[in-house]
Amino acid sequence: MKRIESVNDFVVKFANVNGSGSASANELFAKAILRMGVPVSPRNIFPSNIQGLPTWYEARVCEKGYLGRRGGVDMMVAMNPQTWDADVAEVDPGGYLFYDSTRQLPPSSFREDLHVIGMPLTAICNATYEDARQRQLFKNILYVGALSMLLGMDAQVIETLFSEQYRGKERLLESNVRALNAGREFARDHLDPIGLQVRASKKVGERIFVDGNSAAALGCVYGGATVAAWYPITPSSSVAEAFQKYCSKLRVEPSTGMNKFAIVQAEDEIASIGMVVGAGWNGARAFTATSGPGVSLMTEFIGLAYFAEIPVTIINVQRGGPSTGMPTRTQQADLLSCAYASHGDTKHVLLFPEDPHECFEHAAAALDLADRLQTPVFLMTDLDIGMNQRLCEPFVWDDARQYDRGKVMTAEELEAGKDFGRYKDVDGDGIPWRTLPGTHPSRGSYFTRGTTRDPYARYSERGPDYVYNVQRLLKKFETAATLVPQPVLRKAARKTRLGVIYFGSTSPAMNEALDSLTEVGIHLDALRLRAFPFPESVAQFLAEHESVFVVEQNRDAQMRSLLVNELEVDPSRLVRVLHYDGTPITARFITEAITDHVHAEASTPKRKARSTVQEQAV
Amino acid sequence: MTYLAKPRLHHPALQTNKVGYTRRDYEGKVSTLCAGCGHDSISAAIIQACWELDIEPHRVAKLSGIGCSSKTPDYFLGASHGFNTVHGRMPSVLTGANLANRDLLYLGVSGDGDSASIGLGQFAHAMRRGVNMVYIVENNGVYGLTKGQFSATADRGSKSKKGAINRDSPVDLIGMALQLGATYVARSFSGDKAQLVPLIKGAIGHGGAAFIDVISPCVAFNNHAGSTKSYDYVREHNEAVNRIDFITPRSEITTDYAPGEVVEVLQHDGLMLRLRKLHEGYDPTDRLAAMNHVQMHQARGEVVTGLLYVDPDASDLHAALNTSATPLNTLGRGDLCPGAQALAGLNAALR
Ligand SMILES: Cc1ncc(C[n+]2csc(CCOP(=O)(O)OP(=O)(O)O)c2C)c(N)n1
Ligand code: SF4
Repeated sequence: MKRIESVNDFVVKFANVNGSGSASANELFAKAILRMGVPVSPRNIFPSNIQGLPTWYEARVCEKGYLGRRGGVDMMVAMNPQTWDADVAEVDPGGYLFYDSTRQLPPSSFREDLHVIGMPLTAICNATYEDARQRQLFKNILYVGALSMLLGMDAQVIETLFSEQYRGKERLLESNVRALNAGREFARDHLDPIGLQVRASKKVGERIFVDGNSAAALGCVYGGATVAAWYPITPSSSVAEAFQKYCSKLRVEPSTGMNKFAIVQAEDEIASIGMVVGAGWNGARAFTATSGPGVSLMTEFIGLAYFAEIPVTIINVQRGGPSTGMPTRTQQADLLSCAYASHGDTKHVLLFPEDPHECFEHAAAALDLADRLQTPVFLMTDLDIGMNQRLCEPFVWDDARQYDRGKVMTAEELEAGKDFGRYKDVDGDGIPWRTLPGTHPSRGSYFTRGTTRDPYARYSERGPDYVYNVQRLLKKFETAATLVPQPVLRKAARKTRLGVIYFGSTSPAMNEALDSLTEVGIHLDALRLRAFPFPESVAQFLAEHESVFVVEQNRDAQMRSLLVNELEVDPSRLVRVLHYDGTPITARFITEAITDHVHAEASTPKRKARSTVQEQAV
Repeated sequence: MTYLAKPRLHHPALQTNKVGYTRRDYEGKVSTLCAGCGHDSISAAIIQACWELDIEPHRVAKLSGIGCSSKTPDYFLGASHGFNTVHGRMPSVLTGANLANRDLLYLGVSGDGDSASIGLGQFAHAMRRGVNMVYIVENNGVYGLTKGQFSATADRGSKSKKGAINRDSPVDLIGMALQLGATYVARSFSGDKAQLVPLIKGAIGHGGAAFIDVISPCVAFNNHAGSTKSYDYVREHNEAVNRIDFITPRSEITTDYAPGEVVEVLQHDGLMLRLRKLHEGYDPTDRLAAMNHVQMHQARGEVVTGLLYVDPDASDLHAALNTSATPLNTLGRGDLCPGAQALAGLNAALR
């Protein structure tokens, strides 16, 4: 029988039951491999439920450093009888199936092309531990121990991780190490060696391992956010929770013990954005974190902030829609609803971080941009980046960096007689000056409202005043295109008429797909978008390529629509590559979709590029 | 909302207050509300209260939702920043503004449609959070701006101008405010300036969530026989529980009330409320009794006015959040950014 053989390049998937305490054991497994210097990218695949339902953890080990999902599974740790059949079916031929053999299964439960590794986990735990919870928890440590032995991992690395985790809790440390070693010894004495191995390497370097929500929260701390208002919603809740955690550590006045921040869990998303609008109007940097349904509720206020020109930062950790859709699965499907959120003619700034490193950077940048542009700015992450730990470049901060507070007129400037017209385009960039409440006894006060007005903020329904105002807002949006993070270009090794555009969490799978495509002779210039409005270079990229694939994780090709709408490009030149089943896009999927399309084009040259390529993975 | 500014010429002999402003300095633009609208009387009361309290106009932030009542912040305190937000959602915006800068005086003006219908949730949560503010509902029982539909405070059985009878029970904002933990709760009538002005002054001096429900008849759509929010109806059914005097520590405390009829309530920030009791035994510091009293009279068709409840030791949302005394919007990068060195430590912990 075929046997998958690989060192430092394989996918292990853990099938567990939610609430069984497997999460920390699985993370321990991934971290141990990282500590051995081998890149790992894990992904949680979990149901919209707290306990009892299936949950998976897919860890991709990849010495080459690809961090996207590869597709396929080499070893399944099948700990959930409920999902047994599907889990067994998912393993690639020649792969491995690790299971709890306490209860013997009939041969019909297995596949002939798999290597089955049975270990009586429940029996061992029942014999060793009294307490029901301990029996459950140590079962997880036992399988981590056995796997570490089978894969040839260094036991010391895991012990070190334990000692960091249980610092000061000697009893816990000791019992975990004991369970780990029991697992290792069982594997050594009773199990056959396997073809998958982990060997120490030096490919991790200085990189950090962190989830995007924590990173975004830390970006808000560094970016100077002082007011956060939020309402719980998966997958964004941990942004606010992490902000609270970091602030409690980093933002307390040492002399008084008082907080240099205010966090309110609001009664709903309408109130959260309302508080952010109030704080932004009053000169504090403020943000909220939410997901699709929350954005829907916020739209009236988003329109107010756009029209009244108030800085607001919204972190949208996207999940599967529409409606409650797939609340615990990932998508990039809120692009249009955020870009044009609210009624009337509105356009908003969107940022697309590719990983936690950029979640940090872009969160801080969003606060600057919101102040500079006096407008809502969306940080568009998703569940894949937000809730999964990802290996990424360490966070950096330049201590010389100043906050860009934008055009705020001071009491001194008002005193000096500077002309103040709240909605006047003084500098030709569409961005007016503002004053903060309480600034000056007699000058610079004005009435903020969602209704139209003249450049001096005086209520006016005159057509020309309205047109001046909305045109200025458009000019401001053009200015925004020069201030947002610029796209990243990756040129093909040789000249090509084909391009690909992608953004956000698609990035790691795309990096890998570009290499695989090159190997099969398909060369693509690649542009990673980092923001909307699109900077000049995006139009240029489109002009320079005959056909451009647009890779995104939604059904309706929303980024493609934005490109067509905003840049007036011929839609037939933009080829959709769409993945939207709720799982993160894989390198295999992108490679196959693009290869199929290129081959089809080659065999029927007149075929319109507009036709949709393969749209769905599994 | 008008763009007609009032002429800023002042008569040199106009009396100034301690901070050097005349009463005119507390005015705003020319009102565009209907002549005789109760809301304009409330604006006048706000102007008088602020002037008498020597408040610097620019240290006030006035916020509102949408409605005739919510238009009024344009008609007073012209030198203050104002914010007309969206329908029913002023409380959240005010809360956020207050978090950003705790040093200003926050004046929220709303209508009964704004606060008791679409905004009931936000009203409730602002009260329970104890946001330090003066929250005035100009309560006319109708939607003025959209021309005469019943609002949620319209009494069951009351009649609209078009003759429709209201079948739904009213939302009583006073009862809600008491239950939700507002620490200063009063009701008044737009036509009773002598009562309203001191109530507003007391609310301004209060250090927590202060709510004043002001019955404010809509002369266009709700001032006819059959309405329970008309001038005539309220005048006939008004039941005052007390008369209030507000004294700042700076003023000399004088009173002409006979001892025994006066209750003094010293608020925690040193401000003194002086209540002249009309109702024997009415104790405005007893939340439960206040709820009882209001309900009992309501059942008899009486509108109880006056300072219904005050907690002299009130605290606010900032106290609950333990926020720094320095307004958050004045903190700079040096205060807020933990810097590169701390980041290196955070990076190290993530390996
Ligand atoms: C979301 C939304 N729904 C409806 C409206 C229309 N609207 C404007 S004012 C108003 C009612 C105002 O009534 P109230 O708050 O009682 O104030 P009044 O005009 O009586 O002073 C309504 C329904 C709106 N502006 N926004
Ligand atoms: S419609 Fe009613 S509430 Fe509105 S301004 Fe006229 S009288 Fe006042």
